[in-house]
Amino acid sequence: MTDLDPRAFGFDTRAVHAGQRPDPYTGARAVPIFQTTSFVFEDAESAAAYFNLQEYGNTYSRIMNPTVAAFEERVGNLEGGAGGVAFASGLAAQAAAFFTMLQPGDHIVASSALYGGSVTQLKHLSRKLGLEVTFVDPDRVDAWRQALRHETKLLYGETIGNPGGNVLDIQAVADVAHGIGAPLMIDNTFATPYLCRPIEFGADIVVHSATKFIGGHGTSIGGVVVENGTFDWSNGRFPIIADPSPAYHGLAFHETFGMYGYLMKLRAESLRDLGGCMSPFNAFLFLQGLETLPLRMERHVANAVGVARFLQQHPAVESVRYAGLPDSPYQPLVAKYLPRGAGAVFAFDLRGGREAGRRFIQTLQLWSHLANVGDAKSLVIHPASTTHRQLSDDELLAAGISAGTIRLSVGLETLDDLIWDLERGLDAARSARSTGVDGVAREVVA
Amino acid sequence: MTETGVVCALPDRSSAAEIRKYQDPRVIRKILHTARTIAIVGLSSNVLRPSNFVGFYLQRHGYRIVPVNPRETEAVGEKAYASLKDVPFHVDVVDVFRAPQFVPEVAREAVEVGADALWLQFGVISGEGARIAEAGGLDVVMDRCMKVEHARNMGRMHWLGFNTGMVGAQRQATL
Repeated sequence: MTDLDPRAFGFDTRAVHAGQRPDPYTGARAVPIFQTTSFVFEDAESAAAYFNLQEYGNTYSRIMNPTVAAFEERVGNLEGGAGGVAFASGLAAQAAAFFTMLQPGDHIVASSALYGGSVTQLKHLSRKLGLEVTFVDPDRVDAWRQALRHETKLLYGETIGNPGGNVLDIQAVADVAHGIGAPLMIDNTFATPYLCRPIEFGADIVVHSATKFIGGHGTSIGGVVVENGTFDWSNGRFPIIADPSPAYHGLAFHETFGMYGYLMKLRAESLRDLGGCMSPFNAFLFLQGLETLPLRMERHVANAVGVARFLQQHPAVESVRYAGLPDSPYQPLVAKYLPRGAGAVFAFDLRGGREAGRRFIQTLQLWSHLANVGDAKSLVIHPASTTHRQLSDDELLAAGISAGTIRLSVGLETLDDLIWDLERGLDAARSARSTGVDGVAREVVA
Repeated sequence: MTETGVVCALPDRSSAAEIRKYQDPRVIRKILHTARTIAIVGLSSNVLRPSNFVGFYLQRHGYRIVPVNPRETEAVGEKAYASLKDVPFHVDVVDVFRAPQFVPEVAREAVEVGADALWLQFGVISGEGARIAEAGGLDVVMDRCMKVEHARNMGRMHWLGFNTGMVGAQRQATL
């Protein structure tokens, strides 16, 4: 066997190679799809060792699968973490990340600008399970600090918020979290590890909806959790991880597995018990996506900048909330956290409110009207009537959404074509404005 | 003799650069490839202790494990010895699960018995112990888990989605 040189390979190299070395039996160059529910044991002793976590072995694809593992390691590697655990969706990943470390009575401080589905999960599902949540303005570091309680066990925000385009001061919020011995979890879906690696700035856990830019093809739903391996889960505040686990015959995950303790518990207990595993076929498709992540993100960002500049100078547009524009209030944070670009998902506000928004979207020929982001295809949506529909008026305002807010996910098409289409839509929106039809957020939601 | 937990040990004043010096992948691989007999200082017979996980795993992968622990008579099916000096045969590696303040003494004994390498587990950080062993001609690894390094370099760590850091296009050797 040739020993590998421990060179620190570049991001693009790792996007193609990390997580897979050609297997010894077939030499298959692509990552094979292990579409199997279960794995034959060598002998009874091996079976016992696998279930006792004394040996790294495959048992059942709800808990681990070699195709899924290649995807998990690749994302873990690109984020600079100890590893990853994949899930059937981003929300499944996020829920499992919570339930691995939290128990009834614990308190979470979260950004009020989180994705609507995350807000709903925290506000309703988590509260049903006895967790308390306080939402804060993510832009105010003192707001994070003021929301802390004795029971606060987690701070949670997004690298790039939606649809306000807020860029989080990750390092400052990480310092707030670590000051009370709590971890900071970051949803890095919109940035991807190509644009930002939150762990480098002090984040402890990173979650993704892989459905978005990681896949990039819009074919598959999936999620993944990465942990940095350096958070001290034995600091006295997390007996659920540090103490012997009744759900795993008395195993103390952090002491036994050290820097891999959280991820091991996430897999061996949370994934096992919640059951939202990623299918091997979806993992294969996400791996195809990751291979081209650097190339795609460069084009996504270039197109997003072009579209944002066009919108900014158009008379039908009230404001453009893209952190990548030079006059964005988030520019200092972009320079620090997102030097390669502020992503390709952002919102703008149309003059003319609800009717203008309706006409704009209906006129578009190239932009797809749907509830997703991060596809190779350009996407458009009206949040107040779709993704953020479950939010109350106050929550909508807190999330920075009005009746005329349009969210774009800028794809990989020819920039001139994207702008051509938007211009047609904006012309239609302007004609709506002359009719005097207008609306505010509360009417749209009602 | 109490076993040092992997995360509760108090490190000494070793600098990050000094710790990195004793984490050379070439040294780690040399030890993993050439060692046959591993004395584990602080090996517990309790199957839920980290040292037992490591001993059990390394034994499964073909190494002869020698428990060194005055509180045990036997662990992972092998006779335990009270100290390294009581082991009546050559050991290639001395793998240490003890609090850092005990490491210099273990290092002196490792030199005395003619071991080839001193391996200090996760959180077992002792610059003094490392220097003693190095001066005695031993290879030294510090703040690394022997099980993890075996699984990373020669095993199946990648099957559970951990970041092995191993990047290469060559066909892997048969496990």
